[in-house]
Amino acid sequence: MTIDLSPEKVYPVVSALLFAGVAGITLLGAVVAASARRLVYSVSGLALSFVGLAGIYLFLQSPFLALMQILIYIGAVCVVIMFAIMLADVVEEKSARPRALLAGIACFLVAAMLAFALIVLIGRTAWMPKAVQVNTGAVQDIGRALLTRFGFAFELISVVLLLAILGALVVARTGRGNNRE
Amino acid sequence: MTEGMVMNLVRLLLYLVGMIGFAAFNAAYLTLLERKQASWMQLRRGPTEVGPWGLLQPVADGVKLMSKQLLLPRDVDVPLFLLGPIMVVVPPILCLVTIPFSETLVARNFNLGLLMIFAFGAISTFVLMLAGLASANKFSSIAAARIVAQNIAYEIPLLVIVLSLVMSTHSFNLHTIVDQQAGGFWHWNLLRLGTNPLMPVAFLIYFICLLAESNRAPFDMVEAESELVAGVFTEYSGMGFGLFFIAEYVNIVVGCCLATILFLGGWHCPFGLLPGLHWFLIKMYALCVMVVWVRWSFPRTQFYGLLNLSWKILIPLALANLLLTAVMLKLF
Repeated sequence: MTIDLSPEKVYPVVSALLFAGVAGITLLGAVVAASARRLVYSVSGLALSFVGLAGIYLFLQSPFLALMQILIYIGAVCVVIMFAIMLADVVEEKSARPRALLAGIACFLVAAMLAFALIVLIGRTAWMPKAVQVNTGAVQDIGRALLTRFGFAFELISVVLLLAILGALVVARTGRGNNRE
Repeated sequence: MTEGMVMNLVRLLLYLVGMIGFAAFNAAYLTLLERKQASWMQLRRGPTEVGPWGLLQPVADGVKLMSKQLLLPRDVDVPLFLLGPIMVVVPPILCLVTIPFSETLVARNFNLGLLMIFAFGAISTFVLMLAGLASANKFSSIAAARIVAQNIAYEIPLLVIVLSLVMSTHSFNLHTIVDQQAGGFWHWNLLRLGTNPLMPVAFLIYFICLLAESNRAPFDMVEAESELVAGVFTEYSGMGFGLFFIAEYVNIVVGCCLATILFLGGWHCPFGLLPGLHWFLIKMYALCVMVVWVRWSFPRTQFYGLLNLSWKILIPLALANLLLTAVMLKLF
């Protein structure tokens, strides 16, 4: 028996396997993040999940988003969360009590409902036809879209960030003043 | 299987082996360079026993590290502790994939190569911190906290400088960036004063950030052997410890390659003669020698000095540079 290894046969299989791998990593990371007892593991799971998500972006032919996902979410967000955990000095309970069964069931129900609703929504949405999508997620197109079509949202986000910086400064200032007195 | 696919697979494998070999060779012989140069600067002789002029010293070091026991201290968080050294080596080696060593010698000419290198660089910060936390050691934890503060502080000026460079090159593709600098040394980005008169300052800021991001003296707060035993690496033994050092040297190589590509014209000759791989390597290793030179010339700074340098001097300068580039681009 000869196996047909022409590109038309091989590439769909390879891409399906890649997608399964990437989606698997995302889910695995999410499960670790949600179920781990120690916060360090939760953050690591979150980072793993972000890597998987970056893979999905890459799979959707948008390498710019994939790289930004790694640069910002792992390089900044995860690191800062980890830093906060270190500073807060969380007392980690090694032998934590078994989680309440009722709470677990309730959580599962809520999550299942959310997932169901999302799946229904995905099924009903009229997706854009492929040709209309921004071409291969090129940086120039994203930049143009951000500064023209989504200009308002873009500016609003910068205002939010400015407020966050000011808030951090205020908190830090008062803390220092109290120490001196 | 068609001819093209086989060729692609062979090419992939060859580049994979080549990248890992290049990384390992550099890690081994940059340690020797470091020791030789240090001894030269301190009027000593350095390693001389193993092989002629100590040239086989890295091999001996490698054998020694591999034959040592891998200790797992009692309170260590085993999975994260073991994952640390492995994950810290992978990103810098992956970064080598997109670096164009010459006109034709590049594993993957990726359109967003520049961005990719910074994205993977960000991963190694996270992994170093995990390794420090997993060690269950006070010195390691302090070092882990320092890594975060230091790398966040220096990533900002670094990215802003690179951003202003990208504004004048209009491309994230490293190959294209080098191509734009063809001709004599006056075409290099370092001296392209027409688009940005502050270019040499930008290069200086890039170099300082390179030292800080790869945790080299005078900014080696991560290791700081006089304060923190060996910082993050305190609990690691044998090749686990060795892998951190391989990662450090490969990081230096990647940083120097990037400096060569962004500012020094990549594989182009300063006088427009015989462009090729050799020019790239000459420039890259000259920068590596400079990195070692800085390490043995300056004492370690204090941690506050380190953060002040970034937040009070480098970031305002980098932002001014960005603004100036924008203005120049708009005017001319």
